[in-house]
Amino acid sequence: MPLAATNGRDRRSQQAAGDGGPPVTRESAREAGSPYAPHGDSETAAMLSAVGVDSAEELFDVPESVGFDGEFGIDARGEREIREELRSMLGRNDDLVELLGRGHYDHYVPSLVDHISQRSEFLTSYTQYQPEIAQGFLQVLFEYQSLFVELTGLEIVNCSMYDAATALGEAATLADRVRSASGHRVLVPDHLRDERRDVLENYVSGTDLTVESFSMDDGNVDLAALDDLLDDDAVMVYAETPTVRGAIEEGLGDVADLTHENDALFCLGSDPIALSLLEEPASVGADVVVGDASALGLPASYGMGLGLFATREEYVRQVPGRLVGASDDAGGRRAYTLTLQTREQHIRKERATSNICTNQAWVALRTAIHAAWLGPSGLVEEAERAVEQAQELAARLDAVSGVEAPVHDRHHFREFVARTGSPAAEVASDLADRGFAVHAVDDDLVQVCATDHDEATLDEFVAAFEEVLS
Amino acid sequence: MKYDQARWTRDDEDVYEPLLSEKDETTVEIGGGSGDDADAASSDADSPLPDDLTRDELTLPELSEPELARHYTRLSQMTYGVDSGPYPLGSCTMKYNPKFTEDVAALADAAVHPDRPERRQQGTLELLYRLQDYLGRIGGMDAVSLQPPAGAAGEFAGILVARAYHEHNGESHRDEVIVPESAHGTNFASAALAGYDVVELPGGEDGRVDLDALEGALSENTAALMLTNPNTLGLFERDIEEIAEAVHDVGGLLYYDGANLNALLGRARPGDMGFDIMHYNVHKTFATPHGGGGPGAGPIGVAEKLAPFLPAPRVRPDEMGYERFEPEHSVGKVHGFDGNWLVLVKAYAYIARLGDDGLADASAKAVLNANYLAEQIDLEVPYGPFHHEFVASASDRDAAEVAKRMLDFGVHPPTTKWPEIVPEALMTEPTEVESKDSLDQLAAAFDAVTGEDADAAADAPQRTAARRIDQTAAARNLRLSWQSLDEE
Repeated sequence: MPLAATNGRDRRSQQAAGDGGPPVTRESAREAGSPYAPHGDSETAAMLSAVGVDSAEELFDVPESVGFDGEFGIDARGEREIREELRSMLGRNDDLVELLGRGHYDHYVPSLVDHISQRSEFLTSYTQYQPEIAQGFLQVLFEYQSLFVELTGLEIVNCSMYDAATALGEAATLADRVRSASGHRVLVPDHLRDERRDVLENYVSGTDLTVESFSMDDGNVDLAALDDLLDDDAVMVYAETPTVRGAIEEGLGDVADLTHENDALFCLGSDPIALSLLEEPASVGADVVVGDASALGLPASYGMGLGLFATREEYVRQVPGRLVGASDDAGGRRAYTLTLQTREQHIRKERATSNICTNQAWVALRTAIHAAWLGPSGLVEEAERAVEQAQELAARLDAVSGVEAPVHDRHHFREFVARTGSPAAEVASDLADRGFAVHAVDDDLVQVCATDHDEATLDEFVAAFEEVLS
Repeated sequence: MKYDQARWTRDDEDVYEPLLSEKDETTVEIGGGSGDDADAASSDADSPLPDDLTRDELTLPELSEPELARHYTRLSQMTYGVDSGPYPLGSCTMKYNPKFTEDVAALADAAVHPDRPERRQQGTLELLYRLQDYLGRIGGMDAVSLQPPAGAAGEFAGILVARAYHEHNGESHRDEVIVPESAHGTNFASAALAGYDVVELPGGEDGRVDLDALEGALSENTAALMLTNPNTLGLFERDIEEIAEAVHDVGGLLYYDGANLNALLGRARPGDMGFDIMHYNVHKTFATPHGGGGPGAGPIGVAEKLAPFLPAPRVRPDEMGYERFEPEHSVGKVHGFDGNWLVLVKAYAYIARLGDDGLADASAKAVLNANYLAEQIDLEVPYGPFHHEFVASASDRDAAEVAKRMLDFGVHPPTTKWPEIVPEALMTEPTEVESKDSLDQLAAAFDAVTGEDADAAADAPQRTAARRIDQTAAARNLRLSWQSLDEE
C-alpha cells in the first residue's frame, strides 16, 4: 500500500527501456494501484520531489491512533471478470414477464435515449455552476421544464427531485410554507403506495404537519368522505390520477374545489404519459403536480425514478430544487443559467426551501429525449394504448370463471385490480411459477399492469391465469 | 492549453442551438376536438376515454430521429464533462467514470421491478447485500442502508436515525444539531428538514474545530454534531478523538459527512474515529457519473447500536439466499423504492475493480495531486496540511472573475467563494485521475489568469459556447420555459 517513488508501475518508462521483461498490461498492473490514476513511476517521483516528500504517505495528517491498515478484504478484479461476475449474479434474477406497476413502469425506451445520454459530455458533467461552458445541458433541462409546463399547464417546473415520493414530501413542506394561516393536516388517499406515504411522513416529521387518509369510493376519491375530513386546518390535499390501482380519477375538479374552499393546496400525482391524454392539471385546479417522470426515459430500474415537481408561478420563490432560466450573454444571444439560487441550500443553509443538491438531472435528460422522440402524437398514442390495453386485458381476465376485473368500475390506465376468489398471494406465486409476476395487493386482490407487452405475451399470460384459477 | 468549445449559432435569431419548440410545434387534438383547426397536424376522434376525462389538445415539437440526434449531439458539444478535461470542482470529487460500469448497469438482468417476488430477485438482492458489506468495511461501519438517493438524502436519513435513537431512549428533548460554519450547506438544510435547531459552530484559527467552542455549543440538548473530515479546507480534524469524546459525553451522536472520503481510503475509517453515522457519496468516492447534476447515491452506515433504526428494507442472507427485512425500529423510508439502483450497480463495479490496493492508491494519488498542484500555482493556500483538496485565495482578485477567465484555458474552474473562511476562495480538488501533465496545464491556467491584468477577465469567457451570462437578468425577468419566451 505505501506509495514510494520506486514502488509502483510506469508503463511508459518500462516500454521505453525495452529491457525484454514481461510487458506490463493493464490487468497485471492493477495490483499496484488504481487503474484510473495515470501516474507512472517517474511522474510520481517528480511530483513527490516537487512537494518535498519521499512518499505520499507523509502527506496524510492522520494521527496513528485512528489510522487504518488498509485491509478491507476486497479483492481487485479485472473489468472482464467483474462483467462476468455481475452477469452471473444478476442472472439469478429469474426470467419473468413482469406485469408490475404501482408507481414504477417499464415502457420501451428507444435507442436514441441510450446513445445520446451516454455522450460523455452529458454523462460526466455536473451541476451547471459555470453556465457558459454548460449551455448544452442547461438547454436540455430548460426543454425538460418546458415539456412539463405543457403537460401540466403550470408555469413552474424544477429540473428534478429524486422520485415521486420525495417530490410529494417536498410538496407538503411547500404547502406548509405558502399557506397564510398555519395548519396541521395533509390529506392523502387511502389508495396510496405505503412507501410513498412513509416518505411523506418523514418529510413532514420536522414540521407540525400530520398525514391522514380519506377513503375511496369504488377506486376514486370519496368526495363526501373528503368533505367531512376537510377543515381550515388542512394545508394540502393529495390525489392521484391514475391512482396506484390504475383508476382514472373522475372528480378532480370537485376535489380541487373542496380543497380550495378550505384554503388548502391541491397536489396531484401523475406521470408524463398519463398527462399526455388526461385532463390538464392546471385546468382542474391543481396547485402542485408531482409524480414519477421516469415512466419516460428509464426502463424497469428497481424503483429508481425521477421526481416531477410543477407548481404555480406565485410559489416560484418557495420551490425546492434547481431551476433553469433564460437570459442573455455578453454577445447578445439567448443563453441559459441556473436561477433563483438563493432558495437553495448552498446559499440559504437551514432556511433553504429544501436540502436537495445532487438530483436526477441525467434521468431528466433521458425523459426529455424520450418525450421528444415520441412527439405529441406518439405521446397521445402511448397513453391511449395504456387505456385500451388495460381495458382489454381486464375484460379477458373478467371472462375467466370466478374472476372480477377490473374490480373498480372506472376507466383504467395501464393497470387494474382483479378479484379472483382465491388468496392473492397464492395466485401471484402460482403465476410466478409460470413465468409471470403480478402484484398481490391485499388478501384477495391481485393487480396487473400492461405496458409494452405484445399480444402473444398477453395471450400466454391469460392462459396461465386461467390455468392457475382452474 | 487553449480551448474553443463548439458553438452552434443561429445569428439571424440571436440564439445558439434553437429550442426544439423553435424547430417545430405540432398540436394534436384529442377526443371530440373541433378538428377544423388548420394548424392541427392530426386529430384523434377515437379516444378511448370520454371527453370530460381528457385534455383538449397537446402542443409539442414533432421531430424526426435524425433531427433529434443532431440537436442533442450539438448540445452535448456545448457541455463540458470530466472526459473533456480537468474538472477540479472542490468538494465534488469529479473523477473519471470508468466506461465498463455503464455496461454492467445496462445488463438486461439488472432491469427488474422491485415488487417482483423476493425469491425471484435474488441476483439484485445479492448485489445489494455485497455492496452493503463493502461499504461497511470501507467506512468501518456495522450496518449499511443503500436507500438514500443522494448525499443530502443520506444526511436526512442519518439525522432521522439519530432522532429515532434519542426518542427510543426517552431523550426527545434533544433538539439541536451542531454544524461547523464551513460545512456543506446541505448539512444545515438536512438537519432543519428533520426539525432540528441548527447550532452553527465557528471555526478555529487553524481552520479546524475549536474544542472550546465545541464545548460551549454542546449540551444536554445536543442530538448530533455533523462533521466533514477532512473538512472543506482539506484539513484532517486531528482532535477527532477528543471531539468524539466530547460529543458522546453529553449523549450526542457524531455524524460523518462522506463528501471528502476520497482523501482517506485505506488510511482511516470514520467508524474507527468514533463516528456513529455516516453517508457515502458514491458519485464522488466511487466514481459513478455526476450526470449533469445527478443521479448520485448516498448510502448511510451506522454503528451497531443504531442499526435497528436504519431505513427499511435492508438485505441480509437467509437459508435460501437473500431476503429483505425491516430493522426493528426503522425510521421507514426516504425514497419511494430502494434508491438509485443503477448508480449502486456502478459503485459496486468500481469498488470491485479497485480492491484494497486500488482504493488506497486512489487516495494517495488524490492527495499527491492536490499537494502538487498547490505547489505549482502562484496563489496563497492559507491552511494546511491539506489532503485531497485545497482552498487557495485569489486575494485581491474576485474569485468568480478568475473562474470565468479560467474557462478559456480548457479547464473547469474550482468551486469559488466558498468556504468563506478563505477570502476569495478557489476550492480545488483535482482528484487522482489527473496526470502530472494535466496538472501542469491546470497550474498554467491558474497562473496565466492570476498573472494577467484583472481587466482581462472582464470580457471572459470568450472561448466557451456562450459568453458571460447575465445572472441578474435571469432572476429579475424569470423565463423558465419556452412558453414564457413566447409571452414576450
